[in-house]
Amino acid sequence: MSMPFYVAPEQIMKDRADYARKGIARGRALVAVRYIDGIALVAENPSNTLRKISEIYDRIAFAGVGKYNEFDQLRVAGVRAADLKGFQYSRDDVDARSLANNYAQILGQIFTHEMKPMEVEILVAEVGHDGSDDQLFHILYDGTVMDEKRYSVLGGDAEAISARMDDHHADDQSMSGAILSATSALSGPDRTLTAADLEVAVLSRRNGRRCFQRLSDTDVAAALAG
Amino acid sequence: MSMPMFPVGDDPGSSFPELLKRVGLGPAMQSSGDLSVPHATTCVALRFADGVVMAGDRRATSGNLISHRGMEKVVQADRHSGVTIAGAAGPAMEMIKLFQLQLEHYEKVEGSSLSLEGKANQLSMMVRGNLPAAMQGMVVVPIFAGYDLRRGTGRLFTYDVTGGRYEEHDYVATGSGMLHAGTVIKIAWRDGLSREAAVALACRGLWEAADADSATGGPDALRGIYPVVATITADGWQRLDDTELATTFTSIAEEVRSR
Repeated sequence: MSMPFYVAPEQIMKDRADYARKGIARGRALVAVRYIDGIALVAENPSNTLRKISEIYDRIAFAGVGKYNEFDQLRVAGVRAADLKGFQYSRDDVDARSLANNYAQILGQIFTHEMKPMEVEILVAEVGHDGSDDQLFHILYDGTVMDEKRYSVLGGDAEAISARMDDHHADDQSMSGAILSATSALSGPDRTLTAADLEVAVLSRRNGRRCFQRLSDTDVAAALAG
Repeated sequence: MSMPMFPVGDDPGSSFPELLKRVGLGPAMQSSGDLSVPHATTCVALRFADGVVMAGDRRATSGNLISHRGMEKVVQADRHSGVTIAGAAGPAMEMIKLFQLQLEHYEKVEGSSLSLEGKANQLSMMVRGNLPAAMQGMVVVPIFAGYDLRRGTGRLFTYDVTGGRYEEHDYVATGSGMLHAGTVIKIAWRDGLSREAAVALACRGLWEAADADSATGGPDALRGIYPVVATITADGWQRLDDTELATTFTSIAEEVRSR
């Protein structure tokens, strides 16, 4: 009987992390940024049907980058968990933090126990009743959760985009200001992104019960025009 | 609560009731025996030029007692549809809650809304699911109405206890006052009514039902309780406020007085 080669656990984890990171870095990035009435989510996504950003619950949105089938599976699980919790208890009891924890558990479990880690990075955003309650939970492929304050960048080239966000971002910007700053951070100095290249949605405090709203290309073009 | 994940091929899809069953929150066993539960009564819906009007009185009765004066039997199902209930209040409320959730759940999971026809069929299945309870007197008979964005018109659906679904073209009335309300609307209904005329007609139907049927409540100016009246058009659901209804009912009262 042949013995398998010994591979150190550090090496296994490192290989898996590298594998996941490579998969994620191939995809296009996504930015979520707070503005005065809520949270704007801007993704570079030429497809008009395969969404990266979607609604989870009244005040909660989901965004994912990386492998589409993997983050879509997580999205559907999130919608189910939220709807079940709202049905069993009350709509007010559904919160982003517990969803983010659930996601972290699933991703962590898959990262350590499955053959292949999920090549995804996801964001769970919740818009509060006022600006101080807004929450952005950024969850990595290995289940690491980060609670981010002002904005969140997911996907390939995240560091450069974050650096550009730091330059552009202002705390009390309008919706169009937020979309504009997120778009210029995504595109960088050498490219221009038009409305057709972007998928944009907002969680707006002004939208009544269901805060989530997708913006049409026309709305995005208007926001980018300033 | 942990996140529900299902293996491929064994997934409940976009159905919320199916998901509830799978996680062990399905409908409870129905108790046997004749129960006395509050009943809700007259509801009407009619088509007008821009969509549909739905209206329902506010009274719930237990036998010969009024158990609730402010019940809302006409509720929004989603942006472009509404549902009214006549029958046992408890199961009806539960059914409506589940129906609203199902429409929203489908929309979120699938990324697009169900067609109006699809929504009507979904409700039909829920009514059929209530059949065992209906056999024990917990009958729930909804009206489903909405604006069909694909066809550009308002549409009305009525149901029987077995889940049978019937599309009505002009108007529909359910509940204990259905004969009175239905007759009033039948006589005055015309194709292409204006919003104001359709609202006035729905209110008139409820007025006559309340006048002749003890289980239907009329407008209660003393407590400021008016029937729930809503319109559904291409712009979505809109509930009429009490000031507008007060004016409508005042003019009905004056017209009746002058006869």
